[in-house]
Formats: sequence, C-alpha cells, structure tokens
Amino acid sequence: MTTMHRERIREGLWSNNPALVQLLGLCPLLAVTATLINGLTLGLATLLVLLGANTAVSLVRHQVRPEIRIAVFILIIASLVTAVELVMSAFFHELYRVLGIFVPLIVTNCAILGRAEAFASRNPPGLAALDGLMMGLGFCAVLVTLGGLREVLGHGTLFRGADLLFGPWAVALEIRLMPFDEGLLLALLPPGAFIGLGLLLALKNWCDQRRRPQPVAAAKPLAGETG
Amino acid sequence: MSFRPAPHLRPRNDVPNLMRRVLLALVPGTAIMVWLFGGGVLLNILLCSATALATEAAMQRLRGRPVAPALNDHSALLAGVLLALCLPPLLPWWMPVLGTAFALALGKHVYGGLGFNPFNPAMLGYAFLLISFPAQMVLWPAPELATPGLLQAIAFSGGALEIDMISGATPLDRLKTGLGQGETIIGLQAERALFSLHPDLRWPLINGLFLLGGLYLLQRDYIRWQIPLGVLLGLATPALLFWLIDPQRFADPLFHLFAGGAMLGAFFIATDPVSAATTTRGRLYYGLGIGILVWVIRTWGGYPDGVAFAVLLMNLAAPLLDRLCRPRIQGHS
Repeated sequence: MTTMHRERIREGLWSNNPALVQLLGLCPLLAVTATLINGLTLGLATLLVLLGANTAVSLVRHQVRPEIRIAVFILIIASLVTAVELVMSAFFHELYRVLGIFVPLIVTNCAILGRAEAFASRNPPGLAALDGLMMGLGFCAVLVTLGGLREVLGHGTLFRGADLLFGPWAVALEIRLMPFDEGLLLALLPPGAFIGLGLLLALKNWCDQRRRPQPVAAAKPLAGETG
Repeated sequence: MSFRPAPHLRPRNDVPNLMRRVLLALVPGTAIMVWLFGGGVLLNILLCSATALATEAAMQRLRGRPVAPALNDHSALLAGVLLALCLPPLLPWWMPVLGTAFALALGKHVYGGLGFNPFNPAMLGYAFLLISFPAQMVLWPAPELATPGLLQAIAFSGGALEIDMISGATPLDRLKTGLGQGETIIGLQAERALFSLHPDLRWPLINGLFLLGGLYLLQRDYIRWQIPLGVLLGLATPALLFWLIDPQRFADPLFHLFAGGAMLGAFFIATDPVSAATTTRGRLYYGLGIGILVWVIRTWGGYPDGVAFAVLLMNLAAPLLDRLCRPRIQGHS
C-alpha cells in the first residue's frame, strides 16, 4: 500500500469525510436517518453508487471532452442509481418504500458528483475506486452513527426494522437500550437531525483539536523588551 | 459615608442588578400562579433554577472560563425561572431538568455564552420540550382539581404518586378545539361579559399580574417601551380587525391580550436584551412581529399558544431589523 492509498483511506474516513468535513449530501443524511437501519441502507446504496461512479468516470476520463464532462458524469451516476434502485425494489421492497424518494435522489447527492469531478476524472481507476469506497464508507459511517443516535433517543432501541434489510431472522437483532418507546420526539423530527449532525461535527472538530499540537497562545515578548 | 476610589458614579443598570430587578418583577405573577396551580409551579421553578445554575457552571468549566461571575450575574437563573413559568405545573421531574439543560447548554453556551446567543434560551428550552413531549406539555390542571401542595407535586413528579389528572383545557386550547369542531365564538362564551371566553378568571389574573410587573420594569426604565408595546399592538390589532369582520370565528382582542403567555411574553421574554433587536425602531418592529406571529399561530397554527415560536422566529429576524433600522449618523445622508 502506497502513501497515496493510505491518504485516500484517511481522507475518506476522517479528514475529508463527505458528511462531516465537505458537508455534502446533507439532504438524505438528515432526512432518512431516523433509524440506524434506514441510515445503513441509504449509506450502502450511496456507497455502491459512489464506488461504481468513481470507477466508471476514471475509466472514461480520457475519452470525455471537458465541455461535456458534467453531463457524462451525471449520466453515469443516474444509470447506477437506477440500477441500485431496481435492485432495492426487487429484493428489499419494504425498505425501498420506507426510503421513498431518497433513493432516486442519490443522483443529486453532490458528494458523488464532487468525487467524480474532483478526484476520479484525474486519477487511474484503481485509486479512484479506492477513493469511492472510502468516501462511501465515511458517508455510511456518519449515516449509521446519526441514525443510531436518533433511534436510541427517539425509540430507545437499536436495529429496529433490521428484518427489512436482513430477512425475517433479523427481528431478533433489535436491542432495547432505553425503557421507553415514545422517547424524545424531537430526535426523530428534522430539527433533531440538524442538532445531532451539529453535535457530531463538534465532536469531530474537538477530536481533531485535541490531537493537534496546541499553537502557542501568545508570542513571548523578546528578552530585551521585558522590563 | 463610604470611601471608594473613582469612578464614583457607578452604573445603576449592570447585568446582575437588571436581572435581579426582572426576577423581582416576576414575583406577583409567580405568586398567583403558585396559588392557583399549586406547588407544582414552585417545584418547576426550583428544578429549573437548580438545573440552570448547574448547567451554567458545568459549561463555564468546560469552556475554561471562571464560574463564579457567570453564576452571580443571575442570567442563567432568570432563564431557568422564565422557562419554569411557561411549563404546566405537573410534569415528571426530568422534563424541566432536560429542557433547562438543553436551553443553557445548546441555546446559550454553544454560541459563546451570555451576550452571544441568537435565540432566547428559555424559549428554546420550551420549544424543545413542547416538540419532544407534546402530550405532557398541555396538561394544565382543571379548576375543579384541588390545587396540589408542594409535597404532592414532588411525589407526583418523582413518580411516587398518581393523580387522576383532571387536565383542563386552557382557554386557548378550548378556543382552538371548539372552533375546529365548527362551534362559534358565541357558543363558546358562557355569558356575554368582559373576558367571557375565559371560563374562569385565572388566566386574566395571571396575565394582569405579569402586566403589573412589566409596568414596574418600564417605570424603572429597566426595559424600553418599544418591545412590549409592539407585542401588545401586534397581537391586538389583527385580533381587533378580524374580530370586527367576523366576531363568530375570531376571538376578541381583550381575550388574546389576557390569554396564555401574552403578558409574560411581551414584558419578560421578548425584552431579553441579548436576543432582541437593539435599535429603537428595530425594537418596535421586532415587538410588532412577535405580536402578529402570536396571533397568527393562535388563530391558524397547530399549537394553541405561539409565544415561544413567535419569539424564536423574530430572534432570527432581529439582526436584519437592526441593520435596516440603523439610526442615521449626523452629517451622513
């Protein structure tokens, strides 16, 4: 693994995370993360599209003229989203109906077009695919965290509705963490998503600040100036 | 005779003094609420104040700032008390605590503490509770219910006591549901008299005493007249207009002025010096905006009262109002 690969992994998962640093794709991020499973599903769908789009864009990057590149990128992304949408509709129909409009809306997720334009169209397929995978994983991780957080506060459970994704056996996955069903309603409503994301952002920045060496608070006065 | 170094003319209206005066002006309204609704009001005030002070101290600590001056300026205490006065008197103990902690931590200190918060912390806490627990937040005791004492309230909020909750609709609730079911104002009125939309005189009395406290603040120049006047005008004018057009469907302005949190909002909540507009004309428009929004929310909104949401919305508009109402500087066009 070269430094370049390591850089891709670090950027996607943490230092240039699509949701926490680039703040892209917030619409689905905020809209569907009422439960962990919803977040996970949309995260996986986005991950697949991002991986495919980055690879495809990187493969055709020498053939596409710069004037029409955005149209081509969108075409590729839209085809992939349609494919993912059809697969979801075929195999996870209940979940597909829960997520509703937000699956087709992955097309407009700026994180995907952003990666295609900023990275995949300038780099070889292997690296671009890795970038797509890592960015997708980073995005998915935030969706899952936020979904879990909101589900615990709002319903007091985790993995509610896991059977929709994994099949009937997964009903047993549901964990009850809090002794209530009607929890903090605010957490399940859109404002709760904004507040939760804000707190996650603060947490990330706090972690970064703690790791970074502290800058010297004030320049020390020169020796000659001190009385 | 006291001997002090200069300055000899000390400002009369520093923050702690102002906050103390506002707290003092809240006393008559609070006392009548305790008398009418029982010990629960007192318990709410105790819980909210304690949480407010604890949260303030914890947040100052976390932010690496001195704790004592922040606690001594009474601003956290005032926010806690204001939130407590908005809450229905019988709640499980953790609701006021949660709301106050949210108000102080996420409504005030996240933005940089006293003087930097764009929203009124008390109203943020109230909106947080109202949205999170809509069922419990409308439980005002009915007049038939014997007012529970402090001990009863404590037992209830700790979960040790079940009271057969005879929750009465507040006059605003009653109006909203009544009109929603197609009744007319005349049908809702007991008899034709002043305050006839109020089934009893509890809410006019509470509002009247908060008005009294507000007038004291005005008279002592602790608050400016523009904001309260704006709120009351903004509330009464559309109410009067629509009442004149169709008295069957719209409540009279006097009802609106003395129902719900109108007076508390106009004199104590909208006048929060941090989150309100600060220019003279801006204050008037800010108050008018709150009044109109309160009336709109009460008349067409989903909630029976709208003081909290109106204040929060106008908090958002306050910087813009100040920008538009900047006084002209002498010599500049």
